[in-house]
Amino acid sequence: MTRAMTHDRDHDDHEHGSELSEMQLRVRTLETVLAEKGYIDPAALDAMIEAYETRIGPHIGARVVAKAWGDPAFKHALLEDATRAVQTLGVINRVGDHLIAVENTPKLHNMIVCTLCSCYPWEVLGLPPVWYKSAPYRSRAVNDPRGVLADFGLALPADIQIRVWDSTAETRFIVLPMRPSGTDGWSEEKLAALVTRNCMIGTGLPKEPREIA
Amino acid sequence: MDGVHDMGGMHGFGKVEPEQNEPVFHAAWEGRCLALNRAMGAIGAWTIDEGRAAIEELPPAQYLAASYYGKWALRLQNMLVKRGYIGADEIAAGHALRPGEPL
Repeated sequence: MTRAMTHDRDHDDHEHGSELSEMQLRVRTLETVLAEKGYIDPAALDAMIEAYETRIGPHIGARVVAKAWGDPAFKHALLEDATRAVQTLGVINRVGDHLIAVENTPKLHNMIVCTLCSCYPWEVLGLPPVWYKSAPYRSRAVNDPRGVLADFGLALPADIQIRVWDSTAETRFIVLPMRPSGTDGWSEEKLAALVTRNCMIGTGLPKEPREIA
Repeated sequence: MDGVHDMGGMHGFGKVEPEQNEPVFHAAWEGRCLALNRAMGAIGAWTIDEGRAAIEELPPAQYLAASYYGKWALRLQNMLVKRGYIGADEIAAGHALRPGEPL
């Protein structure tokens, strides 16, 4: 709680201080000029923003993971060619050329990062959270992944290998976490409720069945 | 390009701070900025690689000080001027001073 409050305050200082007024003004000016010159349609921008706020988000990735947990043929297809496999689910908002699904096992935990910018599989996870785009995550995920996981309250056994995947503009990753035990016979919809955004980035694990009971 | 954007393995940036119940955008201008960038990308104002290079080319101090969408706003302005979509005089005026070119 204390940390969340501290963070919110820091965040407010950062986003709502001088940068807000400066960037607000800069963006508003650019939009005005572009619209007056006929290059953009403000109503189309509204629609795009609404899509990211309401329709494109980690619930799409959760559906992909839940289907892979329940359908071996889909899981095989996903690990073979995730770009093609997610398209069969009607996911068409492609942002990069290749989507690759990396599978967690009892001996291997995968994590994704973009050290160079903030590449992220928008089509299945929506827009990235602030921490994913932050210098601490981008710098430390590759040389101190266990320390980063500790920042998320996650401590994995020492015998689990951690593999970190560095995304690019062309190639983006999604983690296929392990299906929690105690979920035999669950519907895809119920399984999807266990899939958190962070478990598809590798900075978390799926929820336990009792957490959604 | 070996720039400050190449952050993998750098030290000293501190802990990762996950945010509870994070909103998609933290201010309205962030959404406008994202949509403007994507709209101009969609009409071919720059490719994904050119857009990324335009962020990597920001001066290091500016890169480190700006938020994610702050960098996008700077990239947008720089690319629009560089590619001739708008003029610096129009930014200063806050309005179009010449009609746009047919797309």
